[in-house]
Amino acid sequence: MEQVFEILEQNAKASPEQISTMVGIPASEVEKIIKQAEKDGTIVKYKTTINWAKLGKEEVWALIEVKIAPQRDLGFDAIAERIYQFPQVYSAYLVSGTYDLAVLVKGRNMREISSFVTEKLAPLERVQSTVTHFLLKRYKENGEIFQPSLENKRLAITP
Amino acid sequence: MLETQHIAANPETSSGQRNFISQKVNDFPPSGIRKFFDLTASMKEVISLGIGEPDFVTPWHIREAATYSLEKGYTMYTSNSGLLELRQELARYLELHYGVSYNPESEILITVGTSEGLDLTMRAILNPGEEIIIPDPHYVAYPADIILAGGVPIFVPVSEENNFAIKASDIEPRITKQTKAILIGYPANPTGAVIFKSELNNIARLAEKYDLLVISDEIYARLIYSVEHTCFSSLLGMKERTILIGGFSKSYAMTGWRIGYVAASRQFIQPMTKIHQYTMLCCPTMAQMAAIEALKRGESEVERMVQEYDRRRRVMLKRLNEIGLPCFESKGAFYAFPSIKTTGMTSEEFAERLLKEEKVAVVPGSAFGQCGEGFVRCCYATSLANIEEALERMGRFVRRKAP
Ligand SMILES: Cc1ncc(COP(=O)(O)O)c(C=O)c1O
Repeated sequence: MEQVFEILEQNAKASPEQISTMVGIPASEVEKIIKQAEKDGTIVKYKTTINWAKLGKEEVWALIEVKIAPQRDLGFDAIAERIYQFPQVYSAYLVSGTYDLAVLVKGRNMREISSFVTEKLAPLERVQSTVTHFLLKRYKENGEIFQPSLENKRLAITP
Repeated sequence: MLETQHIAANPETSSGQRNFISQKVNDFPPSGIRKFFDLTASMKEVISLGIGEPDFVTPWHIREAATYSLEKGYTMYTSNSGLLELRQELARYLELHYGVSYNPESEILITVGTSEGLDLTMRAILNPGEEIIIPDPHYVAYPADIILAGGVPIFVPVSEENNFAIKASDIEPRITKQTKAILIGYPANPTGAVIFKSELNNIARLAEKYDLLVISDEIYARLIYSVEHTCFSSLLGMKERTILIGGFSKSYAMTGWRIGYVAASRQFIQPMTKIHQYTMLCCPTMAQMAAIEALKRGESEVERMVQEYDRRRRVMLKRLNEIGLPCFESKGAFYAFPSIKTTGMTSEEFAERLLKEEKVAVVPGSAFGQCGEGFVRCCYATSLANIEEALERMGRFVRRKAP
């Protein structure tokens, strides 16, 4: 069953028939597994990884370290929610170490991100400090390396 | 001896020189694969199912370990036998995976690929005219290694009805006074066949009965799907009669590193080391460093690749059968070996026309021996997208040729 999800995670377009062949269980069974997973939220969403830079699209990303004073009873969750509800936030993680929340934000330009930080994020009650790192270059994302695919280095025919 | 036609490697030239090349090499047939290589290399946008090596790059941690060893300055010769740490790791690995125990000090030799292991074995054991029994179809180097060492290959046809596994009952009638060894290699190139323990036991009994050696090329041992591999030397009483040859090329995607090994009792390792020390000295140090890393921490990468091959294998087998090229279920290595007999073409014709008309490269079965005729080798060590596209084109080709 795990294999079905591994394949889908790599290729959301894999059909139940293809998956069935690859893992050797009937297509109807695969379909059932997928339906169930879609219903119970195991499959969250089908997405596509796009290299926007190729389209020349300007986008600015920043990784923001956020230090937070946790709330009694609620810990970090309540304040985290206040933060991740903003549409500018692409990903948000609670992390161990010298800060608490790691927040990845996306904007059309630098001003958009800085105004989000200065007007929305930093002023939040319980946010003690923020450190903003603008992304300069993306090398790898979601397990995919962003570079022109290496031409095949193998010989055409080998024994 | 060999079926392919005689081609002089160096015919007497117009320069008036005599032919300096030895008779043995002159008489040697060229590899049937060579021709296809030249043809394929001359064409563009070919999808090749003709490549006998992984499409994965060597896992990063292995490459990184080798780079680090270079930075640290490990650039000298090692002992002839190979780094002791590597032999110790190998001994542990063989014990863990196959339940065989070899003494790293005296029973393991690190070689320049499985290829050198095969060559050393032949040179160490053969007197002129002595015979080695091998399956047909077979890996291309087997007869060559035997002949170059002065021996004579004796072919045992293996058939599709038997899922291309050699049968002891087919071997026995071919044993003569000159027979020295039986050479088997499972999982097999070119068929992808595996062999089961019961049949291996029958072969073991033959080895005892006629006092023969068994040379077991187990380079594909880890690439095996939904069945278990049996190491020949793990069979009762067989360690003393087995020359076990293995390598890193296929399981760790390390073809270009040129590293492999031979495991056998001391009486064989010693003479082989003698040849190796004069002809090769030692296996490249950097490759040995990489191999240590592979054995120590490469397991999850092997599993990842095996799982990926298995998925591709299932897709390829299903599609081959669907397009009308019946194919037995190959359970090892990364080859499918479909029959092309219904097309009425020879395997060479089939491969050549498929390449020219649909730009898909496969290797004609005849390149692997007479009994490979009627089949082609399709390697599934390539992306699923390539496999699907290649099979689409092959289907079109077969439909067009249908009588
Ligand atoms: C059956 C078999 N034995 C040996 C070899 C040679 O392997 P190595 O790279 O270890 O020399 C190959 C490579 O294709 C093979 O298929």
